[in-house]
Amino acid sequence: MTELLRIIDLEKGFTLHNQGGTRFEVLNNVNFAIEAGECVALDGPSGVGKSTLMRAIYANYMPQAGHVLIRHDAQIVDMVGAPPRLVLEVRRKTLGYVSQFLRAVPRVSALDVVAEPLRALGTDIETARQRAADLLQRLNIPERLWKLAPATFSGGEQQRVNIARGFAAPYPVLLLDEPTASLDATNRSAVQGLIEEARKRGAAILGIFHDREVREALATRLYPMQTAETA
Amino acid sequence: MMDGTSATAATTTGYNFAYLDEQTKRMIRRAILKAVAVPGYQVPFASREMPLPYGWGTGGIQVTASIIGQADVLKVIDQGADDTTNAVSIRKFFGRTTGVATTERTIEATIVQTRHRVPETKLRDDQIIVYQVPVPEPLRWLEPREAETRKMHALSEYGPMHVKLYEDIARYGRVTTAYDYPVMVDGRYLMRPSPIPKFDNPKLDMCPALQLFGAGREKRIYAVPPYTSVKSLDFEDHPFTIESWDEACAICGSTESFLDEVITDDKGGRMFVCSDTDYCGERRKESGDEPA
Amino acid sequence: MSRLDLADVSPIAEEAPLLDVQGLTKLYGGRVGCEDVSFQLWPGEVLGVVGESGSGKTTLLNCLAARLEPTSGTIHYRMRDGEMADIFALSEPRRRLLTRTDWGFVHQNPRDGLRLSVSAGANVGERLMAVGARHYGAIRAAATDWLDKVEIETQRIDDLPRDFSGGMQQRLQIARNLVSNPRLVFMDEPTGGLDVSVQARLLDLLRGLVRDLGLAAVIVTHDLGVARLLAHRLMVMRGGEVVESGLTDQVLDDPQHPYTQLLASAILQA
Repeated sequence: MTELLRIIDLEKGFTLHNQGGTRFEVLNNVNFAIEAGECVALDGPSGVGKSTLMRAIYANYMPQAGHVLIRHDAQIVDMVGAPPRLVLEVRRKTLGYVSQFLRAVPRVSALDVVAEPLRALGTDIETARQRAADLLQRLNIPERLWKLAPATFSGGEQQRVNIARGFAAPYPVLLLDEPTASLDATNRSAVQGLIEEARKRGAAILGIFHDREVREALATRLYPMQTAETA
Repeated sequence: MMDGTSATAATTTGYNFAYLDEQTKRMIRRAILKAVAVPGYQVPFASREMPLPYGWGTGGIQVTASIIGQADVLKVIDQGADDTTNAVSIRKFFGRTTGVATTERTIEATIVQTRHRVPETKLRDDQIIVYQVPVPEPLRWLEPREAETRKMHALSEYGPMHVKLYEDIARYGRVTTAYDYPVMVDGRYLMRPSPIPKFDNPKLDMCPALQLFGAGREKRIYAVPPYTSVKSLDFEDHPFTIESWDEACAICGSTESFLDEVITDDKGGRMFVCSDTDYCGERRKESGDEPA
Repeated sequence: MSRLDLADVSPIAEEAPLLDVQGLTKLYGGRVGCEDVSFQLWPGEVLGVVGESGSGKTTLLNCLAARLEPTSGTIHYRMRDGEMADIFALSEPRRRLLTRTDWGFVHQNPRDGLRLSVSAGANVGERLMAVGARHYGAIRAAATDWLDKVEIETQRIDDLPRDFSGGMQQRLQIARNLVSNPRLVFMDEPTGGLDVSVQARLLDLLRGLVRDLGLAAVIVTHDLGVARLLAHRLMVMRGGEVVESGLTDQVLDDPQHPYTQLLASAILQA
């Protein structure tokens, strides 16, 4: 199968300049690859740096060393050191990321929040909204809320809007940070369904799943993580 | 017309011919030459104190004084009339300081100094018309800084002028500016034609006579050389139009001249008459209706 | 073939920037306004310039927008014909024309960017008239269209902006700038001085306009929340110098420079 994502010797640490220059390492020597149609679960205790790894792959965090290679259209892009506009281009077309929190734009309706990634790909507004409506439906967001801005929603509703948004565009590579956390059984299985569908269409998925049942149902493989050695 | 520089025949002694000293006239003539060379461009000049208050035509008087010669025939009008205070004062001033012939007939004049009108009789290429200008700068209403308005002229940044016309149309359905209506000279410089009614604007376009403009208080001279294009600003879908009247002149019957409304009594009686007294009188002569 | 290999990483495509700034320095006598600022901006990209008052961000913006002549350094701009023009080597007429057609400048205080004594419609139409539009109906139609785009009721087209609220004035200022279809817009604290709810509406509007029109923009703000919502990329300034720059969320979520860390940690979480 075709590799869509490969992590090579990735290192990430933080220096807190305003706290006496405290330096701590989170990731080192991270090496793995994900092929199309695989769902790899990051495995390890909390605090081991699973979310940090996700953010480093997404270029939200800046690694100190290593490479994040991603197949982007006909190109191979190293997200580490790529110019911002290339990173944004990869995020727009290739790399999706469902974080734990929705960062909603004020005043934009839930429907348009979900439709936005498709709009950014040039999909016409009707098609994008139709897809958004389907997703909101599947995630059991009541239709009366679709026209409202998610800022006013409950935590659970916001999380589901966030997931719908993450699955709106058919990204070849998906990063999922605890997508099923604190969902009820019905919604958890709806999300599982979305993830399975994405994997079956050939997406390479990297996920953090706290819930063991979910992990076992979805993951085709585990990537074990250990606490980084402090330099 | 400048052959009077060494004239001696002033009727009032003690003054140079046409009041101004020869050095001043030369300075003003240089400004005029520059103004003619750059149509519509405002040339600064060292305006002198004149024996009339500002606002009474000191700019026009200095221009006339600099170009007038002994052979000239001068006509002075104010609001089209030869017999109003301002016209009479200025005509007398030149009569006393130059001794040149004066006239009320447009066709006889070689120089016409005017305030607020252009004669109805078509001017010829051997005539000069001198306009008295209170405010020369057309961009002043939107830009108070002189340095900036000069730059706007230099760069032909005249778009904001149309903002004013736009506002008129938006508010009243038509351009309401009725006098001192801005014009483009030779497709290059934006110019105020002095407070003449917009009725007179078309007369400036391709006029055979040399047109000189003097602003005494503001110390500017500008000019429109003979046969120069002068276009009133407008929009394609709101073209420039001039005033028209439902009435004809009550004296000469003209339907083509600029009419003044005259109140005849205090019971609401009124009539419309030509503002150009020479034109009106000539028409009456032609029709054999000359007053006794 | 199927394996991703470091040796196969595609070269970064060389694309001509819209704006190329090199070594830009502005000194006020001996005092530094901004020093040795270099960056490039590509079409459709929004660059946020953040920093506290006195950090030099407004000086930088004014130099970029050719409103202030830099002491040294160069600014090149890709004209519509593809030529990379040195902004300060252009003749003044060309530079002024450029700043009034292909560029926009949105002031923090809308009173600095509007003619308060002429109607909203004329404010929007002025740029069109400045480049020779002479059809009243067409100018008015364009003004109506833009008022609608910035969510001002079109029946207010003949009202004076001095009777508008602050938020409306700011939206009118934006319409006045965008009517000429500029490719680059400079904004100085565009949401400063507005109520939070009014700010949100303006931010949303700006985001939509930037995306739909493919505008490039340089936005100066001290509000990191505004920067996160609007900017693709950030430059953090302090004491006239750029201390850090990069992708907006990376700079805010993983700041590298001590000053940026201080700035980012000072945000109130909403």
